[in-house]
Amino acid sequence: MNAATQPRPQAPRDEAYNFAYLDEQTKRMIRRGLLKAVAIPGYQVPFGGREMPLPYGWGTGGMQLTAAILGAEDVLKVIDQGADDTTNAVSIRRFFARTAGVATTERTPEATIIQTRHRIPETPLHADQIMVYQVPIPEPLRFIEPSETETRTMHALNDYGVMHVKLYEDIATFGHIATAYAYPVTVDERYVMDPSPIPKFDNPKLDMSPALMLFGAGREKRLYAVPPFTRVTSLDFEDHPFDVQKWEHNCAICGSHESFLDELILDDQGTQSFVCSDTDYCAQRVSQGRAVQ
Amino acid sequence: MYVAVKGGEQAIDNAHKLLAKQRRGDTSVAELGVEQIRQQLPLAVARVMTEGSLYDAELAALAIKQSAGDLVEAIFLLRAYRTTLTRFSASLPIDTSAMQLNRRLSATFKDVPGGQLLGPTFDYTHRLLDFTLLAEGEFPGPEAQADAAVQDCPRVLGLLAKEGLIKEEQDTGAPVADITREPLEYPASRAERLQALARGDEGFLLALGYSTQRGYGRNHPFAGEIRVGEVEVWIEPEELGFPISIGAIEVTECEMVNQFVGSATELPQFTRGYGLAFGHAERKAMGMALVDRSLRAGEYSEEIVSPAQQEEFVLAHCDNVEAAGFVSHLKLPHYVDFQSELELIRKLRTPSKESAQ
Repeated sequence: MNAATQPRPQAPRDEAYNFAYLDEQTKRMIRRGLLKAVAIPGYQVPFGGREMPLPYGWGTGGMQLTAAILGAEDVLKVIDQGADDTTNAVSIRRFFARTAGVATTERTPEATIIQTRHRIPETPLHADQIMVYQVPIPEPLRFIEPSETETRTMHALNDYGVMHVKLYEDIATFGHIATAYAYPVTVDERYVMDPSPIPKFDNPKLDMSPALMLFGAGREKRLYAVPPFTRVTSLDFEDHPFDVQKWEHNCAICGSHESFLDELILDDQGTQSFVCSDTDYCAQRVSQGRAVQ
Repeated sequence: MYVAVKGGEQAIDNAHKLLAKQRRGDTSVAELGVEQIRQQLPLAVARVMTEGSLYDAELAALAIKQSAGDLVEAIFLLRAYRTTLTRFSASLPIDTSAMQLNRRLSATFKDVPGGQLLGPTFDYTHRLLDFTLLAEGEFPGPEAQADAAVQDCPRVLGLLAKEGLIKEEQDTGAPVADITREPLEYPASRAERLQALARGDEGFLLALGYSTQRGYGRNHPFAGEIRVGEVEVWIEPEELGFPISIGAIEVTECEMVNQFVGSATELPQFTRGYGLAFGHAERKAMGMALVDRSLRAGEYSEEIVSPAQQEEFVLAHCDNVEAAGFVSHLKLPHYVDFQSELELIRKLRTPSKESAQ
């Protein structure tokens, strides 16, 4: 694990492709979209998404945003499920190391751009960082209303009643809001936004974050943003306030009781163990001498 | 304990090597050449070029070789390459009535000017395995008539249009959007719809077209004309001011004739569905034409009740590269979301305090 956590310096890039793969015109088109997205927090901006050499659904939206904002001096971190060494995170990190020759890291505080799927790092972000989220379905209303024409109108009219009805029905049926990830948020008191399939545990980290948050959906050709220090509130009711998951266990490696824990099944008897989903956070705690004895 | 989630880099490298080995197969058998694929699997090449939106038989054949015959994967490879290409010009519309025909048929008229031309087709073959193909050898080629005269072959639907029996197609002269550069927004123009259908999955369009024949959005189709052959591609560079031919491509064109019962303001008329594909690709062109017509339901004030008539449903789901990507992404880890669901379902199964009392 130690060898992998060392930052990897800039590598020679593959000259057969433009810097960070996309051509400059495409990057400019995406950056214009991003400026609009930052100007209207939470609004889904359509963009001319390109075919990337990775499959749709595997992070092509996030990759296009990363390619559009990446500079030669950037330090890139890529995580999937909170971990730097899950296969798809490895594949995307290699892609940018190859096509842009940028330095990569697994350390959250050292990264200038963090592309992620399904998690926000446990280590607090700072103002010099940009988070890029991979988004499968950008439309928070999609599973209530399948038509894009309808949902765009609903956003325009600030017509989010159906979403509250859905959450209310959950409470009436189950006694809880039955959404555990991709939990809808309101951005800057205007647009209802899908925070991507992060666990709702991570939702509070979006609120007033000093880092810029960018969201890219390649297949659906939409991008959106949460600028730094923007109010992001998870939808709830006064008598059923939003709350996050809590575990009765501690991380089996670093002993953390504050982080999001993944459940491992160790044997045929179903013996469980829990470990941090954020591998860098966990490794740092261990290196600070907090390993479970 | 971390073994389960570590080792990604090494695993990826090994997987690539295993894939290369699987693709090559038994090395005592001669390696398949790209030119062999191009010459001997022309229908696979045509499909990859059509849905890959790039007319390049050599690269399509290379993609088929690289993908070990998985055509959707080959289409994806060609598309990913296509994105990196510079566009230097848009061609003038191709003129399919000036096509050098290899095959042409109309199911609506017994004889048409220019005649019917069966050409190379699986139609009327008996689907019996030909065991002589197990052995390699000479094949009996057709007899060519060197002095055959080229006849004019006007398009069949044009003949109907002369009598005013088929709805005229209007060219509004509006700029044509490129759906590979700008996002598709709904409602889409017909040009955008046809682009999406041309890139759409053959199987999906076939099934949707079939569904209209079975009553889900029925619109009484006839194969007005199917023609396969070569057409010249012309461009008009701004600095020249006159068109020049840059070569010829093989295309398959299908025009379906459909009923339209008329309305309070319009007499009954035939209407048309249009399909076009690169190379010889009749099934694709026919499926596309059926779906194009059913998507025009709104234009003809027909009731929109079936999947094949719903623009968003068809266009958002017809692309096999998008569909295959999103379905296959389920193979990616979802530990975090699943953990959240596990926690939720355990919570929901715990009787609440009120109901326990």
